[in-house]
Amino acid sequence: MKLPIFLDNHSTTPMDPRVLEAMLPYFVEKFGNAASRNHAFGWAAEEAVEEARKRIAKLIKADAKEIVFTSGATESDNLALKGVLEMYKEKGTHIITSSTEHRAVLDTAKSLEAKGLATVTYLPVDKHGMVNPQDVQNAITDKTILISVMLANNEIGTINPIAEIGKIAKARGILFHCDATQGVGKIPVDVQTMGIDLMSFSAHKIYGPKGIGALYVRKRNPRVRIAPQIDGGGHERGMRSGTLPVPLIVGFGKACELCEQEMATETARLTKMRDRLQAEIMAALEESYLNGHPTNRLPGNLNISFAYVEGESLLMGMKDIALSSGSACTSATLEPSYVLRALGVGTELAHSSIRFGLGRFNTEDEIDYTIKKVIEIVTKLREMSPLYEMAKEGVDLKSVQWAAH
Amino acid sequence: MAYSDKVVDHFNNPRNMGSFKKDEDGVGTGMVGAPECGDVMKLQIKVQNDTIVDAKFKTFGCGSAIASSSLATEWLKGKTIEEAQQIKNTDIVQELNLPPVKIHCSVLAEDAIKAALADYQKKADGQPSDTK
Repeated sequence: MKLPIFLDNHSTTPMDPRVLEAMLPYFVEKFGNAASRNHAFGWAAEEAVEEARKRIAKLIKADAKEIVFTSGATESDNLALKGVLEMYKEKGTHIITSSTEHRAVLDTAKSLEAKGLATVTYLPVDKHGMVNPQDVQNAITDKTILISVMLANNEIGTINPIAEIGKIAKARGILFHCDATQGVGKIPVDVQTMGIDLMSFSAHKIYGPKGIGALYVRKRNPRVRIAPQIDGGGHERGMRSGTLPVPLIVGFGKACELCEQEMATETARLTKMRDRLQAEIMAALEESYLNGHPTNRLPGNLNISFAYVEGESLLMGMKDIALSSGSACTSATLEPSYVLRALGVGTELAHSSIRFGLGRFNTEDEIDYTIKKVIEIVTKLREMSPLYEMAKEGVDLKSVQWAAH
Repeated sequence: MAYSDKVVDHFNNPRNMGSFKKDEDGVGTGMVGAPECGDVMKLQIKVQNDTIVDAKFKTFGCGSAIASSSLATEWLKGKTIEEAQQIKNTDIVQELNLPPVKIHCSVLAEDAIKAALADYQKKADGQPSDTK
């Protein structure tokens, strides 16, 4: 077993060597511009791009012509929201989304609001982080043009009832965008049965290269149109200009193909390891609380709050394991995780959360090591915690008048 | 964020971690911060003949908060009450090489020192201690 261990697979994933191998010929040998229509260099590049496009579409049960390449899921989210609002502004300007979306959706929605281009409803989630389809239904107005709800949450892994929301959107003739960045390649996605009109996802979350993503844009029933946000050579059927990064696209295609082939076995393997990690940690450490849905969540996801200890210090005590925390000290904003807050998790427990993200290259040995380390450091830091001491003495921490600073 | 070697050392080998009995003679206790803010420090001093003969801490917080309070106990030992009053958060920032985003940890440590000293003074003056 090699240290450090990478257990932060929601942030990014290592590239699969098979993906790299597929990409290599497209840097030096087959370097053509896929838009060059008049010579063999261009033809070879175009052929590779179209083959990848097919593989990507197949994973989500779409048609190849419905895949628009972007730089990643953040750009896809921006293009979906801004593109739809700009294209259909005569029809309506109201967006419905949820409070636990990724910042790429939330900040785009806020930017549209700030510019006076949209009004936005941010739906609450239940204690497991799930959007209630009935809330979506109730939030719809005559002005609603777009519903945007994520497939699976990046912090807690909770999977939303996308097909139900898709049905509601369809019945009212409202476009449905889904940020599926964490879900595609990990759980089955079918844009037909899920009623999705636009969908964002990216390669680097599924063992492909960074810098390439896609926006699925439905072509039939209905034919969705979006206003481009980057103008230029009219690539990607005019929706996203810019020379296609052929090697990245080839890698994205290969990554999707591997995910499709290995999804069933990989889901079983990851779920088993994740469940063991969860069970052994939570059995050994009192007052550890699971964040997210107990069963309906991504196979590789585990998010736990350890009462009385602070998240950043936990990470510091496990230097040889790459993890992330919802603690304010680890965020750029100095606020604890807004996702955990939306679940109703208290601020102090949000500060105490750790996210484990298991992936394709993690092994049982690494899980054993992690279990041991987590128990060690939580125990050590609790010994050091005045809160733990007070709780042990029977002091109700909620009754204490803290000097907030 | 990369931590300075000194922060890492205090985090891995905290000095004077633990507690005195609050009602013990000559003990002053300061508790500052709030769980919602992600850091709470408890700092205690034991005073004999106007000199701090021992100090202990317990901290809920990030590595820099733990290091700041650990360092504070080290510095407090052997100082007179008056010398202890002179410890400034900027001294802690400098010693631990704290980045701007962690300066509040040093402020909290200074507050904890001041609170412990005030509690000791209060007890010495025969007033009831208000620390829980």
